[in-house]
Amino acid sequence: MKIHEYQAKEILRRYGVATPKGRVTTDPDEAARICQEFGGRCVVKAQIHAGGRGKGGGVKLAKSPEEAREHASKILGMQLVTHQTGPEGQLVRKVLIEETADIAQELYVSITLDRAQGKPVIMASAAGGMDIEEVAESHPEKIFRLGVDPHLGILPFQARAVARGLGLKGATAAKAAKLITGLVNAYLATDSSLAEINPLLVTGGGDVMALDAKFNFDDNALFRHPDIVEMRDLDEENPMEVEASKFNLNYIKLDGNIACMVNGAGLAMATMDIIKLYGGEPANFLDVGGGASQEAVKNAFRLLVSDPNVRAVLINIFGGIARTDRIARGVVGALEELGGTQVPVVVRLEGTNVDEGRRILREAPFDFIVAEHMADAAEKVVAAAKGGA
Amino acid sequence: MAIWLNKDTRLLVQGITGKEGTFHAIGCRDYGTQVVAGVTPGKGGETVEGIPVFDSVAEAREATGANASMIFVPPPFAADAIMEAAGAGIELVVCITEGIPVNDMIKAKAFLRDVPGGPTRLIGPNCPGIISPGQGKIGIMPGHIHRQGSIGVVSRSGTLTYEAVWQLTNLSLGQSTCVGIGGDPVNGTSFLDVLQQYAEDPETEGVIMIGEIGGSAEEEAAAWIKQNMKKPVVGFIAGRTAPPGRRMGHAGAIISGGKGTAEEKFAAMREAGMHVVESPAELGATMAKALGK
Repeated sequence: MKIHEYQAKEILRRYGVATPKGRVTTDPDEAARICQEFGGRCVVKAQIHAGGRGKGGGVKLAKSPEEAREHASKILGMQLVTHQTGPEGQLVRKVLIEETADIAQELYVSITLDRAQGKPVIMASAAGGMDIEEVAESHPEKIFRLGVDPHLGILPFQARAVARGLGLKGATAAKAAKLITGLVNAYLATDSSLAEINPLLVTGGGDVMALDAKFNFDDNALFRHPDIVEMRDLDEENPMEVEASKFNLNYIKLDGNIACMVNGAGLAMATMDIIKLYGGEPANFLDVGGGASQEAVKNAFRLLVSDPNVRAVLINIFGGIARTDRIARGVVGALEELGGTQVPVVVRLEGTNVDEGRRILREAPFDFIVAEHMADAAEKVVAAAKGGA
Repeated sequence: MAIWLNKDTRLLVQGITGKEGTFHAIGCRDYGTQVVAGVTPGKGGETVEGIPVFDSVAEAREATGANASMIFVPPPFAADAIMEAAGAGIELVVCITEGIPVNDMIKAKAFLRDVPGGPTRLIGPNCPGIISPGQGKIGIMPGHIHRQGSIGVVSRSGTLTYEAVWQLTNLSLGQSTCVGIGGDPVNGTSFLDVLQQYAEDPETEGVIMIGEIGGSAEEEAAAWIKQNMKKPVVGFIAGRTAPPGRRMGHAGAIISGGKGTAEEKFAAMREAGMHVVESPAELGATMAKALGK
């Protein structure tokens, strides 16, 4: 799960990390008033769940409350396009109004899971403000890494080592060590999968603070963090994905026109891959769950065909414990409940009782295109999508 | 022969009194596995389909001589169940549970490393389990699609593994052992752990390895194969079409920071001299060709 910058900063402040003063608003007049409070200068920052907001025109400096109002009214309601939003952009519904900061230096610090080590790793770099992936690519030596034992948390000497790794000295290094400790504590206490401060600001006076912040959370651990779940902003998520999550379906929207419904995540990915291999473009990832029950198939199908791009549907189910004939009856039953379908449907069933399963499909009052194996299914659905376009 | 699981394995099931636990305990027993005990705290003294239930793994082991465990405990308590099994000296723990928090798994792995009398072999979590066809299964896979033979299969996925097994079986290529290592970012057994076993197992003649996007376990396995593996390995990576930054069903299947892409993994497998397939429909046929069958 992702959250907004202003929410990430709220969490950080709870763990003793300094941030600029700021308030979030949806109203340009309110933006002007907040700016006035901050002494007549402020930064207006679009709040969406994507990085690269500054380059896209979503972050503006205001030198007066009037300017703050102007910027806020322009940014609120805009479709902000960044390298992470896709070409259609993301609608801005909130802005964060922040006091301006005195920037002497911009650094980078984050903590995330190092899968190879099986524990969290802190990454720090003096090249802040930039895309850290670019730094990692072009100057890996500029990134300081340090593994953290989650039971011990970050130890004082480790926090000092990270501060030194950032090239800091004296009182500023001590303040940075405190900030890094707060970041790690916040990461561990909230079951984050990523906590990032970029840039980490050093002021002219030698203070340190989080100028921007980002948190992602481990979805599997949300059950023990009701306060974090409350921060979820459904407006930032794809409406079809939100709908799918209500039915416990694992769905991710993509740009193609061939919808797919598969049981199991690995087979679902492999199905997308083979569609592409045969010259088609998958419209989505969808895992209906191992058993592929009639209820799940029905909800999934309704969801898939609500995507206006979809020209054909591929149902690829491996019937193991759940027998193929039972799954076939579920697919037929689901379509009966939905009153049929406008788009061609290719069904590939494999596994236990497969002959009986295919017979049920062939005899159903729908024009299923029955496929024998995965390659056959891919070929047929790509042809069907082209024919129907 | 087979790896880790054979006829003599004595299985207990943690969470046996739940619906899934009961269903699959019976499924394993029907396949021929010796299912000797169940464990659900507070339900000691009951029986499930004739299988005695104990309050703790330690008691169950003491009473029945169980040396392997299959876990169906809900996510918030599953890491504790893994540690309980390891603490009781169970040699092989297969955790089926999906949705365990990463931090819980980090703790469980640290415990497994340090437990006296260890190490315990943990397979999973979030996996279909392990099967040695004709000998026994610990997991949720459909036993009857398998056939006893000489191909080892290792995969992060469930149904995609069944797909591969089914292709093999239809080509009359049986399997020595199939291991689903699970789709989570922090798990007990890696590709490398399984490959090392297959390399030494005299009955395994070839291996199918099915990876996914995310992490670098496939690259590490490929590097090892290049140096050490004498048997043919067929490889596929699922998720070539997955967009970056999105979790594709499995918590571990995510491309982050430009790392863990299918292309990198395919390249590493080619570099290692593996028989790489672009199409998941050709796993079985490619294995047959690699073995000259």
